[in-house]
Amino acid sequence: MAQFTLPKNSKMTEGKVWPKPAGATRLQAFRIYRWNPDDGNNPRIDTYYVDRDDCGPMVLDALLWIKNKVDSTLTFRRSCREGICGSCAMNIMGQNTLACTMGIDDCQAETIKIYPLPHMPVLKDLVPDLTAFFAQHASIEPWLKTESAAPETEWRQTPEDRARLDGLYECILCACCTTSCPSYWWNGDRFLGPAALLQAYRWLIDSRDEATGERLDNLHDPFRLYRCHTIMNCANTCPKGLNPAKAIAEIKKMMVARTV
Amino acid sequence: MAEVNAPSRPLSPHLQIYRWTWTMAMSIAHRATGAANYVGAALVATWLVAMAWGPGAYESVQGFFGSWIGRLVLFGYTWSLVHHMLGGVRHLVWDFGHGMEPGQRMAMARFTLFASVPLTLAIWIVTYFVMR
Repeated sequence: MAQFTLPKNSKMTEGKVWPKPAGATRLQAFRIYRWNPDDGNNPRIDTYYVDRDDCGPMVLDALLWIKNKVDSTLTFRRSCREGICGSCAMNIMGQNTLACTMGIDDCQAETIKIYPLPHMPVLKDLVPDLTAFFAQHASIEPWLKTESAAPETEWRQTPEDRARLDGLYECILCACCTTSCPSYWWNGDRFLGPAALLQAYRWLIDSRDEATGERLDNLHDPFRLYRCHTIMNCANTCPKGLNPAKAIAEIKKMMVARTV
Repeated sequence: MAEVNAPSRPLSPHLQIYRWTWTMAMSIAHRATGAANYVGAALVATWLVAMAWGPGAYESVQGFFGSWIGRLVLFGYTWSLVHHMLGGVRHLVWDFGHGMEPGQRMAMARFTLFASVPLTLAIWIVTYFVMR
């Protein structure tokens, strides 16, 4: 049964209000989720003020500004700062997205609220434990599987067949979609979630792949695939504009098509 | 991974902080109306049983359904049925892989709610005219 409230050790408390930067005229307030594994306390929400005239335009710029100039203990993942590595995925203003491609102005908020990706075990501050997420991705065996003898050169594909991978191959595995899905929140141990299923579909419709039947067998399960109830949070939240809900619908269609 | 002295990790907030969207709201509304329809079906069953029982039982059940609170319950049940039906049609369309693009999915979710209210009113208005 789904638990709608947070466990006792996860309830959030009011945290520290950090001082406003001296001499700043354009301030932006941030409320950020903090949890330190070493102090034994519950998570808390700290308030920070960022000097917009001294800071870049993106939410990630603000986080780095805070880390460099206010509180060096603030912990988050980041790498490419251009929306291709998927490291800085977090919940900003109630929706999952990448901090590096989300503009501070686009938040249109007096106070910008930032939490880790929802319903995940927290390692520290904004860093969730993605072990299960990547294990689920591995479980769909995201690589080309063939029976035929390998060709002399590469596996050939027509431009039309290649085009069917558009909107699927661009996934950066940031976990925004999977952790936005209420069905995944309640059944994340058995439901594969939108990201893994989008990748499953990416291999199912690859014209070069010869394991379509086995792949469908692997997904033919009341939980792995069919816990998708088309809530559509995945498609609404994807920072790359992909549509996992549609990919899942296409897998369900393939399941029906092979039985008729 | 360094899991030597793993403390009990907190669960990050979810429903508490996630911004509601139309598709999310209409999904839970579909489930809620589905559950409400069970109760509504029990009301219909009560009415049928009372009819089979005899005139006395029928009179009292009919009396309840005819009272203002009974009518309010029946009006709610009608809305629940209509909303659930429209939600079912929406899911049927989505199951075919249609209407899933950004503007379409939000419009379809909104339509479920906005169409269910006038449709319910229409059913009641027509019923009142017929019953008069």
